[in-house]
Amino acid sequence: MSDPIIKIQNMNKWFGDFQVLKNINLEVEANKKIVVCGPSGSGKSTLIRCINRLEEHQEGDIIVDGNELSEKTKDIEKIRAEVGMVFQQFNLFPHLSILDNCTLAPIWVKKMPKKEAQELALDQLKKVQIDDQANKFPGQLSGGQQQRCAIARALCMQPKIMLFDEPTSALDPEMIKEVLDAMVSLAKGGMTMIVVTHEMGFAKEVADEVIFMDEGMIIEKADTKEFFANPKSDRTKLFLSQIL
Amino acid sequence: MQTFNFLKPNRDNIKNYSIIGSFLVLVSLIDVISNAFLKINLTSFLPGSLTTLFPLVIGLIGLNMMRIDYSGNKSLDLLNKNINTNNFNALLTLLILFSIIKALPQSLSWMIFDATISGDSKDACTGTGACWTYIKVWFRRFMYGMYPNEFHWRINTAFILVIALGFVGYFMKENLKKYLALYYVIIYPVIAYLVIYYLISGGSFGLQWVETGAWGGLSLTFIVSFFCLIFCFPLGMIFALGRRSNLPVIKYISICYIEFWRGVPLITVLFMSSVMFPMFLPEDFFMDKLVRVIIAITLFEAAYCAEVIRGGLQSLPRGQYDAAKSLGMGYWKMHIFVILPQALKLVIPGIANTFLALVKDTPLIFVVGLAELAGMLALAKTNPKWLGFAMEGYIFASIVFWIICYAMSKYSYNLEAKYKTER
Repeated sequence: MSDPIIKIQNMNKWFGDFQVLKNINLEVEANKKIVVCGPSGSGKSTLIRCINRLEEHQEGDIIVDGNELSEKTKDIEKIRAEVGMVFQQFNLFPHLSILDNCTLAPIWVKKMPKKEAQELALDQLKKVQIDDQANKFPGQLSGGQQQRCAIARALCMQPKIMLFDEPTSALDPEMIKEVLDAMVSLAKGGMTMIVVTHEMGFAKEVADEVIFMDEGMIIEKADTKEFFANPKSDRTKLFLSQIL
Repeated sequence: MQTFNFLKPNRDNIKNYSIIGSFLVLVSLIDVISNAFLKINLTSFLPGSLTTLFPLVIGLIGLNMMRIDYSGNKSLDLLNKNINTNNFNALLTLLILFSIIKALPQSLSWMIFDATISGDSKDACTGTGACWTYIKVWFRRFMYGMYPNEFHWRINTAFILVIALGFVGYFMKENLKKYLALYYVIIYPVIAYLVIYYLISGGSFGLQWVETGAWGGLSLTFIVSFFCLIFCFPLGMIFALGRRSNLPVIKYISICYIEFWRGVPLITVLFMSSVMFPMFLPEDFFMDKLVRVIIAITLFEAAYCAEVIRGGLQSLPRGQYDAAKSLGMGYWKMHIFVILPQALKLVIPGIANTFLALVKDTPLIFVVGLAELAGMLALAKTNPKWLGFAMEGYIFASIVFWIICYAMSKYSYNLEAKYKTER
């Protein structure tokens, strides 16, 4: 068993008086795919936002790739550059073309030469099949295309870990498939992924483990087959009966 | 066939209605025009107040008859949609139209037909109209203030140079484009300052020294506005970012700065800069009055710019910050490449607003003895040889200011259109 790439120990987080995350313990090994599911407001998004410190936790440890995240962490940017993230609302930069969206961070954060960055970006865009849209602006693309571009943008940083925060929730049913396809092929390429999603089909297809969260706690964590075949807690059973 | 009801037009009789309607409106207009221009009262046979009301009533009935929805006639539809939607709007339209027509003859004859422009002394102005001779004689003073006549070419050359340097950005090579901001924020103002210092102020290269007290007129308006505009924007940006900073010291310094400058009137600031400020300086330290004034206005307007820019920063969705951070960008990279380009685009109208106000605030420097365009007017109208022409002067000044401000607002619309992207 290799060392876990993400290690969360006894983590607690509050928004004001409200405790969103309660005593979270989680270990993710390299190349594993984890799906996090649960009702809305259960803290799933907050959990993965903590992993690249878009949210700060108050108690416990989060260790990503050997670096502990805390107020003392000096170059949080370096850790974030290793952790790609895809958002529900795509969050592409509307004033930049698709290609520039993808090359911005590699050029300015990783100091990659412009030409190399563009080649890399076109390569990544090709993998998600929107290389023909490279010179358009985000506003001219469909939701599905924008989300695929967001995936390509994150991959251009060549991250070790990819976080997905409900990547398909803001999409039309028809477009969900094209985004999921891109994610599946990424998963097959061996990327470490943590995916917050309600797409149980995707979970069954690629996930190694499924985590079920409710009210800020991890209720159940099990192998995918085990999770769907015999869920242990009643809360999980109820959730699955409603969603499947 | 339907009965022909005067006040309820319908589409069946569209032709009759529109012809009679436009005829009535025409009659009302002819009545008012002949009344105003030819002084002939066509309706003098009517008793008393009815004479004045006649065109209004006739016009209203006419517009009412023309009000047919979806008439199929393009110009009629346009008219109905824009100025003839209901009786109240029709009434307002007629009233405004009539007042313009009534006011035209007097103003035209004052401004053009009875006006004088020949001659070069007050005696030429004997007519009842405006005395444009006054503007003509004083024109150089209004443009250049007390600056010696034989050196006016120095001001002109300096301005042409500064404007030419301003266009450098358009012709810059692609690989130098990244230095554009640096050029406009630091290099350009320094060069402009040097050009203006050596050419207009003089004192070296064989040019005679002209003290800033003699500068004035429109050229001073331009100099003050130019430097204030170019400096207050980056300064405002810094304080806008500072006010949103997580570091308490920076945040509270920014808040104090902004609230202080927004809380004091510009006229006091100018007064302080010229009267109080020198008292705190060591005796051998000298700073020109004009420089002090420019610094004062810049600091003052920067506070307003800061709040406008902060509005733009706040209107960006949080996701933009998240996305930039998640790609590993630090504070400065995030702001330079992601946040500011979008926020500044959003605040173009607000910034244009602030800048226009700044240009129109420059006449206030009169309180410290600097006479730009409006200040020169105030001086000229008290000249014993030219008493009584304040009106002409202020009309001239308003036209000049209007042209400057309109040009600026047009430019801001162009910028908005240029940087518009779909979200």
